[in-house]
Order: sequence, then structure tokens, then C-alpha cells
Amino acid sequence: MAEHHESEMHVRQEVARWMRAHLKGRFAKLRHRGGPGDEEFEPELRKEWERELAQGGWTCVGWPKPWGRGLPIAQQVIFYEEYARAGGPGRISLLGEGLLGPALLGFGSDGQKRRHLPGIVSGTVYWAQGYSEPNAGSDLSNVQTRCEPQPDGSWKVYGQKIWTSLAHESDWIFVLARGEPGTKGGKGLCFLLMPLKQPGITIRPIRQMTGGREFNEVFFDGAVAAADDVVGGAGNGWKVAMGLLEAERGVSTLGQQLRFAHELELVIAAARGNGAARDPAVRQRIAQAWIGLRVLRYNALRMLAGAESTALSREALIFKYAWSNWHRDLGKLAADVLGPAADVVTDDPAVRPLQQLFFFSRADTIYAGTNEIQLNLIAERGLGMPKEPRGDK
Amino acid sequence: MNLSLTDDQRMIRDAAASFLADASSAAAVRAAVERPEGYDPQLWTALAELGWCGVAIPESLGGLGLDATALVLILEQTGRHLACAPYFPTVALAANLLTHAGSAAARKKYLPPLARGELRATASFDAAGVRARKGTGASWRLDGRVAALPGAAQAQLLVFVARNGVFATAADAKGLSVRPQPAWDATRPVADVTLKGVPAERVDDPARKGAAGRAEALAQLCLAAEQLGGAQQCLDLVVRYTSERRQFGRPIASFQAVKHRCAQMMVKVESLRSLVYGAAASGDPLECAGAKALASETFFDCASEAIQLHGGVGFTWEFEPQLHFKRAQATSHALGTASALREQLAQALL
Repeated sequence: MAEHHESEMHVRQEVARWMRAHLKGRFAKLRHRGGPGDEEFEPELRKEWERELAQGGWTCVGWPKPWGRGLPIAQQVIFYEEYARAGGPGRISLLGEGLLGPALLGFGSDGQKRRHLPGIVSGTVYWAQGYSEPNAGSDLSNVQTRCEPQPDGSWKVYGQKIWTSLAHESDWIFVLARGEPGTKGGKGLCFLLMPLKQPGITIRPIRQMTGGREFNEVFFDGAVAAADDVVGGAGNGWKVAMGLLEAERGVSTLGQQLRFAHELELVIAAARGNGAARDPAVRQRIAQAWIGLRVLRYNALRMLAGAESTALSREALIFKYAWSNWHRDLGKLAADVLGPAADVVTDDPAVRPLQQLFFFSRADTIYAGTNEIQLNLIAERGLGMPKEPRGDK
Repeated sequence: MNLSLTDDQRMIRDAAASFLADASSAAAVRAAVERPEGYDPQLWTALAELGWCGVAIPESLGGLGLDATALVLILEQTGRHLACAPYFPTVALAANLLTHAGSAAARKKYLPPLARGELRATASFDAAGVRARKGTGASWRLDGRVAALPGAAQAQLLVFVARNGVFATAADAKGLSVRPQPAWDATRPVADVTLKGVPAERVDDPARKGAAGRAEALAQLCLAAEQLGGAQQCLDLVVRYTSERRQFGRPIASFQAVKHRCAQMMVKVESLRSLVYGAAASGDPLECAGAKALASETFFDCASEAIQLHGGVGFTWEFEPQLHFKRAQATSHALGTASALREQLAQALL
């Protein structure tokens, strides 16, 4: 046990030391930047940062060897914590490392792993996610984008994806498309890997309420996926996509919470600065936010305590709803603490991040399962209550 | 920090859950509140025989020597089943205070009988309510008033935190008046205590600075654990009832208006559970205060929802929600209201 503890201390020091030595000079301006709501910040420099991380061996730390670094869960947690503590920028490689990689590790062929994993590890290939469609949002399996098999074994894809984060900064996209005409829901779907820079793919940015354009619509009009780029075999796309959504077991969430803690510190600093800290109602809300953050931390630690179990635990079921609503409340608190200053567009580093927080946190309770879908899941899977009836059956 | 439960902790949690589900069933609770003692003496004896009165008392003083996590796991179940025994005042208030703030002599004198369940006790943390002045020799005199002290009429030993120390007195001491109050939450008897020159013994160790404050934080956490158990019970009652109750040809549990409310209860209950278990592991006094603040609101919300989602029967004496609703309100201000505790946190944060 003591030995265990020592090796964890060692990793903690190693990460902290490495971050101090590398997140400086031209990378210094990336500190605390590029997170959710700020993903358009310096994309080229953040890709260089990914390559810097890769050279230090700090990409894909949780992937098993030989592909990744194979760190045990406790050490992965430490990496994410120390990365966030040092103000490490939002990872532009998030979808490749966090979603596609685990999907290929779970369901991909050896060839697919060999062709696609090294580019993610080295920080040279960036991925976008093609799941949602205009009519497949919460009802994700209602995918209408179709893929048609070609005589040479390749697939041609027709349709439209939406809310595709950073498609314009990505090289490849993983796409859910219907391979068997007439099928419904999760049946007959293919999980395809496609280069984004090819004829037949058009990317159109969507302007968000924050003013930013990190989401896109992606149009497919006969774009091609190679024969050996169907993951898990034709018709098994839903299984691959769902396996991937369950991959998250809280490993990176403690790092997320250190970012939240940094935001709460900014709110507290603003309240001290402008006198809002004297308002009894603001004091109550700041204390409540602090309590909520401790809840999230211990909830994540409970998730990690059960991380080896495959069953979805009660604490894991509530986690998305809990953190997203906590974060949204923090956004409103930030704006209320700022008062009229929240309403004026500014680049003031003490104000702008809180404005971003206020606006972008509105997305937290929508993406990756809306509040309403989360409550259905909690009621059905956590409490065993009856399933929602479908209107089209 | 690792929040996995140890084998000991898991064992005690499961034992408390199954024992109390039976020994403190709804019927047993309703019978117990009618008893002249104000509690179920058989249940109290059984809890003592299981060793749970001494769960967090050191082994050298006759306890089980387990940590705060084991204690909150038991209290979660006593709260869930509204156990009618002076367990909370004796263990969470008095034994906790003496364990953490007591002098060596006081610990040696009181903790072994407390651990065996031979001594029923309670403690007040209301330092503004009690004044202590030097009497003759080593003795002290207490004056003051403490309202609605849990278990005071059942206690043989009463312990008071005053500004200048911690003091203990026997229930039959001269000048001590204990007036039981007919509480709406009959499962947790309370009494008003008046002290007029009551002879008392100083029981704290002046060298342990801030120990009474740390004991109070732990008492807040203990109450939060009981409130957590109550909130969980409200959720379970609602899920069971709405799954059985049919209207419009289907179980009302199939309506999203009902499902989502239950899901929100579960979010609150699990959030609270995470904080209670985490604060038990860390022992951080601010987290304990935060847990009590969150628990008061969570329990009241869940008890309110339990009444509402039971519909008409939720308003009756016969069904269980009202018992938890009354407990939720009564515990909401014990050991600090949510807003007072949050202000305490704000002072530390701002």
C-alpha cells in the first residue's frame, strides 16, 4: 500500500514538473484556455501543444500498451488532475483520444488500430464525431444518413450531420450511417471512418449564442469510406457507438473538477473585487457552489472506487446531470456577481472567462444527453421505472 | 483518497440495513412512540448488544474502534428506519463529544459504559445557552437554558458545551429541570432543559484546542447521514407506491411527470451520499457543515415529494411520508440551519 502511494506521488511530481518545464514560452498563452466554450482559441498552437505532449509521452495515457502508455487508473487520474492544476489547455485531441481510440481498441481490427491509433498518439491526426443529425438528436438511433456499398467494397455516404465540434480543424470523422435500407433504430447502422478532406464533404459552421463557431454542419454527397474502414463490421455500428459512450468511468472527471474549481475561484475573486461578496444572497450561493463542487469530487471518487465493475452504478448514472446543472448554476452566479459588467463585451481576462462560462454552460445540459434524457435514463436504469413509449412503433 | 468501502464497513452497513428493516419496521416505530419511555427499550438493548453504541469509540475504551465512515453507515440506516432508540443523542452527540474533546479521565470514566450502551446520554453544542462558573474545589455550576435537546428526558448523563469548557452533569442533579416537549416528530423525543446552579464536572481537555468545534462538525455529519437515510427511504417509498398505483390504465410511475421527479430525487440523494461518505473520509469540518446544509434541504425536498407523489394517501396519518416530513423539518434547524451553515462556509471562502 505504501509502495503504491509512493509511485503515485512520483507520477504527480513528474507530471507537475513536466508541465512547468513545457507550458511556458510560446505555449504560456494557452494556460487555462481552449476548454469547452473556448475551443476555437489558437487551434494551430494547441495542435503543436498536442505534439509537445506526445513527445513527453503524455497523450493517450490510459490506452493499453502497446498503443498507449497503459497507466493504471489511479495514475491516469493523477495525470488529469495535475494537467488541470497547471492550467493545461483544453485538449483539441479530445474526440480522437477519448472516443475513437477506445472504440477502435474495443471493436477495431488490427489493421484499423495500426492505421489510425498512432496518428492520435502522436498528435498529428485529429478526429470529429458524426453522430447527431437534424432529426436524430435525443433520439440518436434515428439516423437517416445512409451508406451504400460499392462493388470495390468501399461505401458511399449521403446525408447530413450536425453539431460536429471542430470539424473544420479535424482531419477525419467517425460517422454513424444506415447501411441497410428500411432498417430502423439501432439496427443496420455502420460505424465508418472517413477522411474529411475529400470531394463530397462540405463543412458549414454554425454560429453559437457565444458568438463562436466551434460547431458545424457536415454534408455528405457521395463521400467515400474505404472498405476496411467499417468498425466492428457492417450493421454493428450501434453497438460500437454505445460501447464508446459507456467508456467514460470518471477517470478524467477529477481534472474537469479542477477546471471548475478554477472557475469558482474566478467568481470568488470577482465578488471580492466588486463588493458582491458583501451581499448575503451572493454569499449563500457561493457557499452552495462550493458544496456542490465537493459533491462532484466525492461522486467522481465513488465512481472510481467502483471503476473495475462493469455495471453502471447509481453515482455514475447521476453524474452528468449533477455536474452539468451545477456548472450552469455557476455560470448564472458568475453573471450575477459581475452585475452590469456581465452585459458588456470585453476581453478583460477577469471578466471574459466568466461571460464565456455564463453562456457556454447553457450547452452543458443539452449535449451528451439532455437533462430530459438523463432523467429518463436515471428513472429507468437507476430506479427501474417503466420505459418511455415510442410514438413510431 | 479512496472511497471504496472496506470489508468491515460493508459488513456493518449490510448488518444495520437488514437488522433495522426488521427491528424498526414502520409498525415497530408506531408502537415505540406510544411507549412511556419515549423509545423502544428492546431496540436500544439490541443496538448495544451489536456493539454499535461504541462503533467509533477506541478499542482501548471498550468500543469497536472503527472510523467515522462506519458510524455514518449505521446512522444512515437509523435515519432511514426512524429507529426509536436514544442512539443519535448518545452516540452522535455525547459519545462523539467526549471521544474528541474529553480529558483522559472523562474518557476513561464515561466512554466504556457509553460503548456498552449502559449509559444513555445527550449533549448540547449551544455554547450561548449555558454559562459555567467555578464552584467549590474542582466542581462547577451551570446556569442557562437549552431548548429542544434530543434525548434529554431519556438521558442519564447530559453534556454541555459552554464558552469556557465542556461540562457533564447527571440527570438527577439538583437545579436541573428537564421538561419533555410533545414533538410532532415523536420518533425523536426532545426536552427543554433549564439549569439553575447545577453542579457539574468539567470533562474536556483544555489542551485540545478547538476539539469541541470538531466534535460539533462530526455531529453535523452524523445528522446529515441520518437525513440521507430518510431521504433515501422517501425515494424508495415513492418508487414502490407509484409502480403499484394505476390511473388511466397504467402505473403512474410510467408518466414522465412522475418519473422525472423521482429521478431528480435520486440525483439529490446520490449527491448527498457522495458528500456524506466523502466528508466522513476526509473529516474536514467545512465539508461536514456543508453536508448538513445539503442534507437538510435534500431530506425536506424528498419528504415533500413523497407526500405529493403519494397523492391523497400521502396526506394521511396511516402512510409513512408524514413521519419523514416531520423528521425532515425538525432536523432542518438542529445543529445549524442550512443558511447559517452556508454563511459559515462563506466566511471561510470569502
